[in-house]
Amino acid sequence: MRTLFKTSYDQDIRLFEHSGQVFWYGLLLLALVAAPWWLDAYPLAQLSFVLIYGVVGLGLMVLAGYTGLFSMGHGAFLGVGAYTQALLTAAGWPFFITIPLAGALAAAFGVVVGLPALRVKGIYLAIATLAFCIIVEEGIARWESLTGGNVGLMVQKAQAWGWKVDSEAAFYFLCLVVAVLSTLVVVNLLRSPTGRAFVAVRDSEVSAQCMGIHLARTKTLAFAISAFFTGVGGALYAHKVTYLTPDQFGILQSIDLLLLVTIGGLGSVHGAFLGALFLVTAPQGIAVVKDYLPPAIGQAPGLQQLVYGLVLVAIVLFEPRGLYGRWLKVRTWLQLFPFYRRGLFKRQKSYQKSERLR
Amino acid sequence: MSDVLLSVRDLSRHFGGVKAVNQVSFDVRRGEVFTLIGPNGAGKTTVFNLISRLYDPTSGEIRFDDQVLSQKPAHAIARLGIARTFQNIELFEYASVLQNLLIGRHVHLPRSLWREALFLPSVRANEREARHKVEEVIDFLNLQHYRDTLVAGLPYGVRKVVELARALCIGPKLLLLDEPSSGLNVDETRDLAYWIDDIKNLLGVTVLMVEHDMSLVSRVSDRVLAMNQGEVLALGTAAEVQQDPRVIEAYLGTGVAP
Repeated sequence: MRTLFKTSYDQDIRLFEHSGQVFWYGLLLLALVAAPWWLDAYPLAQLSFVLIYGVVGLGLMVLAGYTGLFSMGHGAFLGVGAYTQALLTAAGWPFFITIPLAGALAAAFGVVVGLPALRVKGIYLAIATLAFCIIVEEGIARWESLTGGNVGLMVQKAQAWGWKVDSEAAFYFLCLVVAVLSTLVVVNLLRSPTGRAFVAVRDSEVSAQCMGIHLARTKTLAFAISAFFTGVGGALYAHKVTYLTPDQFGILQSIDLLLLVTIGGLGSVHGAFLGALFLVTAPQGIAVVKDYLPPAIGQAPGLQQLVYGLVLVAIVLFEPRGLYGRWLKVRTWLQLFPFYRRGLFKRQKSYQKSERLR
Repeated sequence: MSDVLLSVRDLSRHFGGVKAVNQVSFDVRRGEVFTLIGPNGAGKTTVFNLISRLYDPTSGEIRFDDQVLSQKPAHAIARLGIARTFQNIELFEYASVLQNLLIGRHVHLPRSLWREALFLPSVRANEREARHKVEEVIDFLNLQHYRDTLVAGLPYGVRKVVELARALCIGPKLLLLDEPSSGLNVDETRDLAYWIDDIKNLLGVTVLMVEHDMSLVSRVSDRVLAMNQGEVLALGTAAEVQQDPRVIEAYLGTGVAP
């Protein structure tokens, strides 16, 4: 086990805690960069999907995991990003302008949705954002002249300066670059005052206020940042699915995204990508297992929803910190072997808060 | 610069028919430890919440350092130099002690989203600076051992100290302590008494405190204000207030045999 000996404040500010992390993340990046050479076209396409959902998950993680605001409307931000990307690409704009623009437009929507968040909390915020999601889905379906309505919208290949992102590998690299940059920006924000303000608002609004944190501004900012990354993810999503219809961005998508962050592990950047990995691989796994099950179960409709539901229940009951929390325990077990104690991650009893000023 | 740091004039706060605080006036002088005492429901915490602007007063005025507090929003109070702790501890549970204390420096850190997104050298320099200040408080309150511990895993007594530390990180002129000794054992309470003395004498911070433990009150307070049912009963030194017949009556009831 590694024992860190800290000799400078920078060690707590730095991106990586120690050289071991630099090594492992470097190795991961290397493997990802080399992926087109060691993966077939289909797994590579799935890996692009993981990266896209990872970026979207990052967005929702900032809001749900770090600021404690649960949104049921992130499918709509995804949609805003995707349609913006599709329309601007059709108009001939290069991708390095359209992708940030897709994020920016989603962020603008995020600010608007953030306004009710200043007044309502918890389940009521979920309802408000759910309503927003339905409005956007309906809006996309009705604004036929722009979006093609329920018929759908064909997405052209991303391009810049005559270079078309038309091969699977090229698109994968685009996703990788966007995912790495997004992660860096999110991690940077989280380790600076803004990120700490988010956590403060999540854990105690009253004392956040007494520390001088402007609640309304912080929450609106969280919504904007969250929607931005969801929109950026949406821009990539548009190219990935190549054909957009309004029902892709409805309630089911929003629930999938919430599932992603919850299963991945609320309050961790890793969780966004682990959740994305789950969301992309689970249907494949179910498809494989299906054939070995008795037909009554294997061919039953709604099997995937059932599995998702069971996993979610299991996570909530047994591992509230999600896949990332489980990974931390496994890692500690390996590091401490054979001295791991079961109570190591048990929290002390929480003290009652009788005088919460809501 | 006047002698009075915080001035409360005819302050009232009514919740429906309940007059939680009714026509209360007092002055807190610079550099003193001023304690509010009184039975449960006397309105002490409500006075605190009025000063930190979590409640709007029904009537009356609060002035701090020649500024009218009652017109400021709650998040502007820390910047003026008022820090507080809570009766039932309001820490950021799922953050480390260090992060909790760094949030105390929030008002002193310049914020720019673009710089933070890229984590430019200026952001790093500010972080170092904030950490430096935080470390001073950690040394002051002997929290070195708990720096990287999650607050959710800390025992009650330590949480109380962390909350005090977080308030000190603001670098306040006035520190509001809401029942700092509740839930602490004898040793921890004694430490607290030393710290309050040091906060007053070494850091030069004025302390306004709500407290029930009379031995602590008489040990650290310069002046004591007794309240009952939202009104002021008596003001003076701890000994004077304890002798006041109306205070005794409020605590023990009437009709004591001669």
